[in-house]
Amino acid sequence: MPVQPKKQVTPPSEDKRWRLVDATMRRYNYRPNALIETLHTIQETFGYLDKPGLQYVARALRVPYSRVFGVATFYNYFTMKPPGEHTCLVCLGTACYIKGSGELMAELERALGIKAGETTADGKVSLLAVRCIGSCGLAPAGVVDGQVLPKVTATQMLQRLKDGKA
Amino acid sequence: MTLDELEKVALKEIQARQQIPHTIDVCLGTTCLALQGDKLKAALEQEAARHPVGAKCRVRGVGCPGLCALGPLVAIKPDGLLYKTVKPEDAPDIVNSLDAEPVARLRCDTEQPFFTRQTKIVLENSGNIDPERLEDYIAAGGYQALLKALTEMTPGEVIDEITRSGLRGRGGAGFPTGLKWRTVAKAAGDRKYVVCNGDEGDPGAFMDRSVMESDPHRVLEGMAIAAYAVGANEGFIYVRAEYPLAVKRLKQAITQARGHGLLGANIGGTAFTFRVEVRLGAGAFVCGEETALMASIEGKRGTPRPRPPYPAESGLWRCPTLINNVETFANVPTILRRGADWFAGIGTAKSKGTKVFALTGRVQNTGLIEVPMGITLREIIYDIGGGIPDGRKFKAVQTGGPSGGCIPEQYLDMPVDYESLASVGSIMGSGGMIVMDDTSSMVDVAKYFMEFCKSESCGKCVPCRVGTAQMHALLEAIAAGEGTAHDLERLELLCDMVKHTSLCGLGQSAPNPVLSTLRYFRHEYEARLLNGGSA
Repeated sequence: MPVQPKKQVTPPSEDKRWRLVDATMRRYNYRPNALIETLHTIQETFGYLDKPGLQYVARALRVPYSRVFGVATFYNYFTMKPPGEHTCLVCLGTACYIKGSGELMAELERALGIKAGETTADGKVSLLAVRCIGSCGLAPAGVVDGQVLPKVTATQMLQRLKDGKA
Repeated sequence: MTLDELEKVALKEIQARQQIPHTIDVCLGTTCLALQGDKLKAALEQEAARHPVGAKCRVRGVGCPGLCALGPLVAIKPDGLLYKTVKPEDAPDIVNSLDAEPVARLRCDTEQPFFTRQTKIVLENSGNIDPERLEDYIAAGGYQALLKALTEMTPGEVIDEITRSGLRGRGGAGFPTGLKWRTVAKAAGDRKYVVCNGDEGDPGAFMDRSVMESDPHRVLEGMAIAAYAVGANEGFIYVRAEYPLAVKRLKQAITQARGHGLLGANIGGTAFTFRVEVRLGAGAFVCGEETALMASIEGKRGTPRPRPPYPAESGLWRCPTLINNVETFANVPTILRRGADWFAGIGTAKSKGTKVFALTGRVQNTGLIEVPMGITLREIIYDIGGGIPDGRKFKAVQTGGPSGGCIPEQYLDMPVDYESLASVGSIMGSGGMIVMDDTSSMVDVAKYFMEFCKSESCGKCVPCRVGTAQMHALLEAIAAGEGTAHDLERLELLCDMVKHTSLCGLGQSAPNPVLSTLRYFRHEYEARLLNGGSA
């Protein structure tokens, strides 16, 4: 049965983007099973999940905060850290691994001075590892700011990041 | 839309197509898009608009024709030409050549074994229709099977037909599909669900992505037929969030089908109602396991639960639920259209039909292939795949991803079917097939998969949570040359324990890559032991 929230729950801030999040929850009639879809909308809209946002969703969907936090941290796709200005992603799927993506990642870690999953101190670049983007025919594949780079080298990826900054 | 109306749409579409002498098909799958297929399509459209021959041609975006290694691919129909690694700069030459000689420098031989040795059922429309147009799918015979089933067959007859076809689950385990459908149909309950598992988490596999991107309506039609057969009115497609294009095309397809009365209430003017929703995964390999997947659809952490009860009796929200893989559903419309006997005529005695594989790694022709069951690994790798590049030597082929195993050279002539692959310590799996040459170390491959299972273990049961971490630590030590003979022994013991005591398929199959590499490449492990293993 569709369940409406009993009292008005207000978003964490005046930011108009919360309307997008509200729209997702409304589409699912504020049912608890809308949780994952709602978190997707927040991450898509704001780039990451934070505590006030999770608390808001918990109240709006009437789901315990512990469960919301549990879901947000269980799934790899969700991040609770603000992403860097640019994202640099290396596919570590099997086909890419066989073609040397492990070394590619190591080289990028050295060059950027951070580990996979971290963001440089100046907040410019986030380095991420991903399990197979399904472009195995292009192995090893990297993604810089959403653009897939086929049969890529560390130099090419760093160059692309540099061009993006310029 | 009734069957008559459907045929009229198909006829109209085919007639409209005959008015246009040439169709230029550009692959817009994820791989070709990464290779700037969209820019190529724009360039071709621009060129066609400028050129007088342009009035005689139509530029179309299509799904994946399969040969990803040579993308972006452009096909000229009905001339039967295929162009490889086409760049936007090549657009003028291609348009100019339409009524003249083909562009020799771009031609790709369509008579090579990569194309001629395949048998296409699931992929029959991939690369031949525009996945964003419902009319294209209808013109290719789409939705006929659904409307035929609804008007001419009882649910029981549909299940009989699927049972007779011998179709088995394409997610990897190979459970007979007809039997699963019958169990759900018999289960008591007013509310039942149909779920499509599109959480293709195996690294190195992209079959389901390609099917959902290239032919989304086929999956929907298969699900609707299944829903009619088992008595469900609601369905979910669970797709990885890492596949944005597949999600977009599925959502678009659902809207189109609903608009034409092919999904939703009173499908085809009958009393049957079926509503489908797309649900996004969020990057958890364990969600490919059916009970974890259902927990995720319910908005919870994707952790599995013990079976029984099986989803067929108590699944989503404790209602009887049918869960099949994308490829399984994609087989269904064709089986009903062409008949169970036709389907059963393909393949081997126990494994019927075809299987789609993502052929990758150290092989010449990487891409997506569909082959009849019973073909040998050698035919796949050397004929279709074109062999190992750079004059290197074949070492092993990995099937089934982190749940599968590595198959060495001595089994290359073994037929590909569920039982044969299991007999050599691997599994059919969902269809990832990764070829390795002599540059790959089997210890490192085993370590790679164990690292994957360790980080993807959901943590619910101890054998998997702790066991995968321990096995990974042992493999790290061995790979670093710090392992002893005793470590190797402990590794084997742990494999056995985790395999037999884990709660779900993830843990139960996590030791497979280690066990199979130990079985065939034990010398590689021993060579890396401390002091040659004598200490």
